[in-house]
Amino acid sequence: MKKIAAYRRPHPGTQPEYDYPPYASTKKRHPKQPLVVAPQTLTEVTGPLFGYDDVKPGDQDLTRQHKGAPIGERILVSGRVLDENAKPVPHTLVEIWQANAAGRYRHQTDRHDAPIDPNFSGAGRTFTDAEGRYRFVTIRPGEYPWRNHYNAWRPAHIHFSLFGPAFLTRLVTQMYFPGDPLLEYDPMYCCIADEKARRRLVATFDWETTVPEHALGYRFDIVLRGRDATPQDVSPGE
Amino acid sequence: MSLYATGNQTVGPYLYIGLSWLTTPRMARSGTPGERVTIEGRLLDGDGVGVADGLIEIWQANASGKYAHPEDTQKKPTVRGFRGFGRIPTNGRGAFRFSTIKPGSVPGPEGSFQAPHLAVAVFMRGSLKHLATRVYFPDEPANAKDPILKLVPPARRETLIAKRVPGRKGALQWNVILQGEDETVFFDF
Repeated sequence: MKKIAAYRRPHPGTQPEYDYPPYASTKKRHPKQPLVVAPQTLTEVTGPLFGYDDVKPGDQDLTRQHKGAPIGERILVSGRVLDENAKPVPHTLVEIWQANAAGRYRHQTDRHDAPIDPNFSGAGRTFTDAEGRYRFVTIRPGEYPWRNHYNAWRPAHIHFSLFGPAFLTRLVTQMYFPGDPLLEYDPMYCCIADEKARRRLVATFDWETTVPEHALGYRFDIVLRGRDATPQDVSPGE
Repeated sequence: MSLYATGNQTVGPYLYIGLSWLTTPRMARSGTPGERVTIEGRLLDGDGVGVADGLIEIWQANASGKYAHPEDTQKKPTVRGFRGFGRIPTNGRGAFRFSTIKPGSVPGPEGSFQAPHLAVAVFMRGSLKHLATRVYFPDEPANAKDPILKLVPPARRETLIAKRVPGRKGALQWNVILQGEDETVFFDF
């Protein structure tokens, strides 16, 4: 084995803490003992690889999964997946899920009094291309209430799940929409202390990917953990 | 050029909408070389209540101790059709169950070898980023020398070692306990 090139540790303030009282559900679900800091090994710098046969053509278009078109404003969400060294992450799986235009999830535990849309399941997946680009067609999700605190509403958002090249680069995040007045009240959005890092969760309106007479484009670039400049960890020769 | 990684956000309560298509409770198809094991357990919150909206993901080497990944350059055989990945949702009681093969030993830091283990990522509502832990195997002499287990206070190591279920061949039990006396060890890699 050659040397293992370790991944960078998170920059302070750019990742949430497990214990975050403003998000009430963290109370019983965060570890109370300190995490055990450990060196990265071959286990952490490798990770599952997926092939194009894992997704079907059309899985990236959430507006064409049923007989009719879903209610709501059609949007195009695209962007690039990069690592912390600004290198594109090619051929990696991107999964998304979201509420419908009325702010209702197609899930048995969602009791919000808003209509289900029979033409919208709210899940999609795709791979990045050789330059790390991805693109989804969907509808703009609605805001919805939740019971975290009095009069709590989630800003409109799309859940994103990515793998990258290693088990360590696994990322689940949420994309928000520019100008949403609910963002500053949202504990999820606010859980990231660093303002610049927080703002990066907000997509930008993108004139260039907006298709005339068809749909607005939003751009959401995602950054996965990248390698340290120097290899840290040495594995045995074999 | 240097960027900071995008911030993690919780999977929320409706994670299965987007993630359940890749559910793999059976990680190794029949014919995959290795000792077959079934691992079952529960994901429990600070009140000992099962987490009904959780999901675990597994990453592991094959029985020879080789990862199906280009950065594993060991001269060991890969196994066709064995990806080494599992995604298992919890049920209404917070219980999960999956079957796989016991992995072989893989290299560790500074010339060491790691005992057979599974890497585990835990996702759930109420967790703003996933938790990283590991499953080790019972009656495994290599555990005593494992470079990662050695970093764990001795009293807490047992939380990472699955237990045999008496009378059922290959059945192992391993729980993820988020808080309390038997709190599972979680790592910061």
